Amino acid sequence: MDITLNGEQKTLTTDMTDVQRLLTSLNLEPQTLVVELNHRILAPDEYATTSLNDGDIIELVHFVGGG
Amino acid sequence: MESGKYSMHIYLNEKRLQIDAGTHLQTVRKRHYPAADLLIVNGYPQTSDIELGAGDRVVMIQRGAHPSEQELEHLMMSRHTPGVHARVKQAKVGIAGVGGLGSTVAIALARTGVGALVIADFDVVEPSNLNRQQYFVDQIGMPKVFALRENLQRINPATRIVAHYEKINRDNLDAVFGDVDILVEAFDAADQKALLANAFLKHYPEKYLVAASGMAGYEPSNTILTRKLSSQFYLCGDATTAAAPGRGLMAPRVGIAAHHQANAVLRLILGEDPSA
Repeated sequence: MDITLNGEQKTLTTDMTDVQRLLTSLNLEPQTLVVELNHRILAPDEYATTSLNDGDIIELVHFVGGG
Repeated sequence: MESGKYSMHIYLNEKRLQIDAGTHLQTVRKRHYPAADLLIVNGYPQTSDIELGAGDRVVMIQRGAHPSEQELEHLMMSRHTPGVHARVKQAKVGIAGVGGLGSTVAIALARTGVGALVIADFDVVEPSNLNRQQYFVDQIGMPKVFALRENLQRINPATRIVAHYEKINRDNLDAVFGDVDILVEAFDAADQKALLANAFLKHYPEKYLVAASGMAGYEPSNTILTRKLSSQFYLCGDATTAAAPGRGLMAPRVGIAAHHQANAVLRLILGEDPSA
């Protein structure tokens, strides 16, 4: 499956069936993220229940501490 | 009065005034503000007795005299590009967290003449805050929102300040920030930043969020950018440099990120793209 992740083309392995699995594979802590799927913000409780599809456009915003 | 002279309008301390064409600056001073010793024409101090033109904005100030609140607002207005003040005055901007980012954003926006600021924070001023946050030694121990309100009122009494001394969560988000046009995310912890961004973007798909991430240390200034993440969501910072042991938060770089946020807010109010 091919997706666009933060503007770059990426081919996912077949076990990447949902957003949660993708985040885990990228070693990102879900509680520091904003996830946009096809220009819609996903609520954190939707990560595990939102399946990934060929052609999806995903933007991940990873916050770091400091302010 | 000589015949054959045309009259025209200028603005003297923001009040419309009819004068003869060809009238000079000092003539107006002698007639209206003889005690004035600082004359500003179209935003620039003027020492020559220039001939005034139609539509000129002239401000006359007597050094050492304290202007009234209304006069002050008029005088501050004259520092802004025509048309900007009227629009920023209508704006209501929320600032979530008033530490290094939020207190700096608030001061920049108050100086710009933003009409209303809603500030929220649950912290008190601590000595360790003074390395980058806009507070004073004599404010140590005060809730930050009340200390900031005091400081903002000393800068621009025309900006209305609504202060909430409480922690922001999903339950009070609407009560605190429900009526702002733009929200500035200015928290410290990464998970709190993400929590607010997720909740706000989900609840208010039509409002703007200006968040910040990555401004610790003394890395280069020029890695701090304003990025557009969606039509409503902008992120200021280098996106990677977290505060960590040995890489603290310092006034210059936090200030750069904060002013990116403040300028993003100003550009949004004026209908410009902050990331352009």
